Amino acid sequence: MPEADVVTLSRLQFAFTISFHIIFPALTIGLSGFLVLVEAFWLRTGDEAWRRLYQFWVRLFALSFGMGVVSGVVLSYEFGTNWATFSRIVGPVLGPLMAFEVLTAFFMEAGFLGIMLFGWDKVGPRLHFLATCLVGFGTVVSAFWILSANSWMQTPQGAHFDASADHFVPDSWLAIIFNPSFPYRFTHMVAAAYLTSALAIAGISAIYLLAGKHTVLARKSYSIALWAILILAPLQIFLGDQHGLNVLEHQPMKVAAMEANWDRQARAPIIFFAIPDAKKETNHFEIALPGIASLILTHDIDGIVPGLKDVPRADRPPVGIVFWSFRVMVALGLLFLLIGAWSAFARWRGVLETDKWLMRLAAVSTPLGLVAILAGWWVAEVGRQPFTVYGHLRTVDSISPVVDAGAVTTSLVIFLIVYGGLFGAYLYYVSKIIRVGPRPFEYAEPEAIQGARPGLVLPPQEPDEGGARA
Amino acid sequence: MIDLPLIAAGVIALGILFYVVLDGFDLGVGILFPFAPDDTARSTMMNSVAPVWDGNETWLVLGGGGLMVFFPTAYAIVLPAFYMPIMGLLFALIFRGVAFEFRHGAATSKYIWDRAFFGGSIFSAFMQGVLLGGLVQGVHVEKARFVGGLLDWLTPFSILTGIGVVFGYSLLGATWLVLKTEHRTQIWARRAAMVTGGGVIVAMGAVSIITPLMSPGIADRWFGGPQILFFAPVPLLTIATVAALYWALIAGRERLPFVFAILLFLLGYLGLGISLWPHIVPPSLTFREAAAPDATIGFALIGVAFTLPMILFYTWYAYTVFRGKATEHGGYSDE
Repeated sequence: MPEADVVTLSRLQFAFTISFHIIFPALTIGLSGFLVLVEAFWLRTGDEAWRRLYQFWVRLFALSFGMGVVSGVVLSYEFGTNWATFSRIVGPVLGPLMAFEVLTAFFMEAGFLGIMLFGWDKVGPRLHFLATCLVGFGTVVSAFWILSANSWMQTPQGAHFDASADHFVPDSWLAIIFNPSFPYRFTHMVAAAYLTSALAIAGISAIYLLAGKHTVLARKSYSIALWAILILAPLQIFLGDQHGLNVLEHQPMKVAAMEANWDRQARAPIIFFAIPDAKKETNHFEIALPGIASLILTHDIDGIVPGLKDVPRADRPPVGIVFWSFRVMVALGLLFLLIGAWSAFARWRGVLETDKWLMRLAAVSTPLGLVAILAGWWVAEVGRQPFTVYGHLRTVDSISPVVDAGAVTTSLVIFLIVYGGLFGAYLYYVSKIIRVGPRPFEYAEPEAIQGARPGLVLPPQEPDEGGARA
Repeated sequence: MIDLPLIAAGVIALGILFYVVLDGFDLGVGILFPFAPDDTARSTMMNSVAPVWDGNETWLVLGGGGLMVFFPTAYAIVLPAFYMPIMGLLFALIFRGVAFEFRHGAATSKYIWDRAFFGGSIFSAFMQGVLLGGLVQGVHVEKARFVGGLLDWLTPFSILTGIGVVFGYSLLGATWLVLKTEHRTQIWARRAAMVTGGGVIVAMGAVSIITPLMSPGIADRWFGGPQILFFAPVPLLTIATVAALYWALIAGRERLPFVFAILLFLLGYLGLGISLWPHIVPPSLTFREAAAPDATIGFALIGVAFTLPMILFYTWYAYTVFRGKATEHGGYSDE
C-alpha cells in the first residue's frame, strides 16, 4: 500500500480541483435557465430590453462556461492519474455514467453554445432560442449523470464485487443509476445551482440599482431573481431536509459527524457551537439545545440518532470539517429564506424597487450561494470518508500505484498557483463586464411628446436617439 | 456472440481520431498565432475556431471517459505512467481554453492571453506527441499493473514524436486557415502550411524508420511476411498524399489542402494502428486483456449507438452555421 501522505496529497488535490470546478457548473446551470427565461420573454413581447439583458448576462455565462470546461477536463483525467486503482475497480460501474454525461450533455452544450454566443446573425431567432434551451437542458442532463455517479459512491447498489477480476461488475443499470441517494442529491444540487445563480443575478442587479445605473434592465433582472429566491429558498430547505433523512438511513456516520454526535442517543441535542475533538471523542465549548437533532432527523423528539462511537475510529469521517461545513450551509440557507421573505414583503408593500436595505443585503449575498454549495459538498464528500465507495472501498486503497508524493506535491502546487491566477483573472473580467454593464438602454420617448412641439421639423434619418429627444 | 471489446476498441479509436483532427486544427491555429502577419489576422484566426474549439476538446473528455468505461485496466496503467505529461497537457489546455474567453474581454492585457493561447496550444500538442511516443515505445507492465518509473516516458523518441505532433497540428491549423481566411492572411497561411508540412514529412519519416528499429515486434508486423503487400499501400499513399497536399497549396485551392492534411493524419493513424494492434498498452497488454466486463461495454455501446449519430449531426450542423470565411469581428453580436 502506498504511504499515507500520497493519499492525503491526492485527496487535497482532488478536493481543491473539484471544489474549484463546481463553482462554474453551478453558475452555468442557473444562468442558462435565466437566459432561457429572458429570451422567451423577448420572443413573446418583442421588448428590446430583454434582448439587451440576454446579451449582457450571456457574457458572464460564457466566461463561467469556459472556466467550467477547462477545469472539468482536468477531473476526467485526474481519476486516472491519481486514483487509478479506484478507476480500475469502479470503472465498470461509474465509467458509463461519466461517458453518458459526455455523450448526452457535453457535446450538445458545446455544439449549441457556439450558436448561442456567436450565432445571433447566423440563425433565426427561434433557432437561437432552441440553442439556448438545449444548452440549458444540457447543463441539467450533465448534472443528472454526474450526480448519479457521485450518489452511487455514497449509496452503492446494483453491482457486485468480483474478487477474481478485482473489480465491480454491474448487475442492474437502473438500480445503479437510480441508487437510493440519487433523487435527493440531484434535486438538491439542481435547486442549489438555480438558487445560487438567482442570488448572483439579484446581487449584481442590486449593485446597479444602488448606483442608479442601468436601472431599466436591472429592475427586470432583480425582480425575476427575487421571485426565484422566494420560491427556491424554502424548496431547497425542504429538499435538504429530505436528503438528510436519506443520509441518516444510508450513511449514519455522516449524520453523526454533521451533528458532532458521539454517542448513540434518543433526544439528541442540536449543537449550535462546538469544537469537536476526535481524539477524546467529545466536544469542547458545546452550546446545545436538547432533543432538537432527534426532532429534525427523525421527525420525532424521542428518535434515536446514531453516534460516531457506533463504529471503530478507523471507520469514522473527520468530524470538525463536516460539522462546521454543515452549519455554514444551513445558516446560509436560512439567510436566503430571509431574503426571499423580505422581497415578498417589499413587493407586497410596493417598495421592491426602492428598498435600499434589501438591495444591500442582496448585493452582499451575491457570492454566498456558491459558499453554501461548497459547504454542502464538503459535508457530502468528507462525510463519506474514509471510503471512496461507502462501505466497500477505502480511500487509501483507491490511490494510483507508483505515483509518489513528490509528483503529487508538484502538481498540487501548480494547481494552486494556476487556479489562483485564473480565479483572479476570472474575477477581474467579471467585474470588468459588470463595470461596463449592458449597452445603455432607455425606452424610446413616446411619439406624442415629439409631436407636442409644433414647428419643430426633424431632419430625416436622425441616426441617434439623443437627437430625437433634444 | 458479438465481439464487444473489438467494437469498443473501434469506438475509442474513432473518438481519438476525431479528437486529433478536430482539436488538432484549433491547437494548430494557436501554435501559428504569434507568426501571423498582424493583429487583425490574429483576431480572425481566433474567431475562426472560437465557436467550435469547445466541442473539439470534448472529444478528449470522451477519450478519457471512454477508456475508463471500456478498458479500465488500460486507463489505470496509462494515466499514472504518464502522470507528468498528462498534468502538463491539462495545464496547457487550461491556458489555451481560458485565452478564448479572457482575450475577448481584455484590452491592455490582451498580450497575456495571446501568449497563453500560443503557449497552451503548442505545449498541449507537444505533450500529446510525447504521450504517443511514450506509448509506442512501451510501458512497463506486469500482471496488468503499471510497475515502471515516473520518468519512463521521457526519451529522445518521445521528444521527437512531441515535435512531430506540433508540426502535424500546425499543418492542420494552417490548412484550416487557408480555408477560413482571405487575402494576406490566407497567403501567409499557405506559406505556413508548406513550411510545417516539411516538418511533418521529416518527423513522419524519422518515426517510421526508428519505430521498427526500436521494436522487433513492430518490424515483424510490417516486414515479417506476406502482409507487407497488404500494408505497403499505407506508406505509398502517404507519399502520394504529401504530393497532393503540396500541389493543392501551390495551385491555390482553398478546401483541398485541409482535406489532404486530414488524409495525411488518417494514414499516419492507420500506420500506428498496424504497428500497435492488438495492444492497447504496448508492448504486452492487449485490448482484450484490458476490457471491462461485457455488461459494462454493452450498456455503454447502446448509449454510443444512440448518441453518436446525434452528436455527429449537430457537430456538423454547428460547423455549417459558421461556414464561410471568418472575420476579424466574429465576437458577440452586441459589439
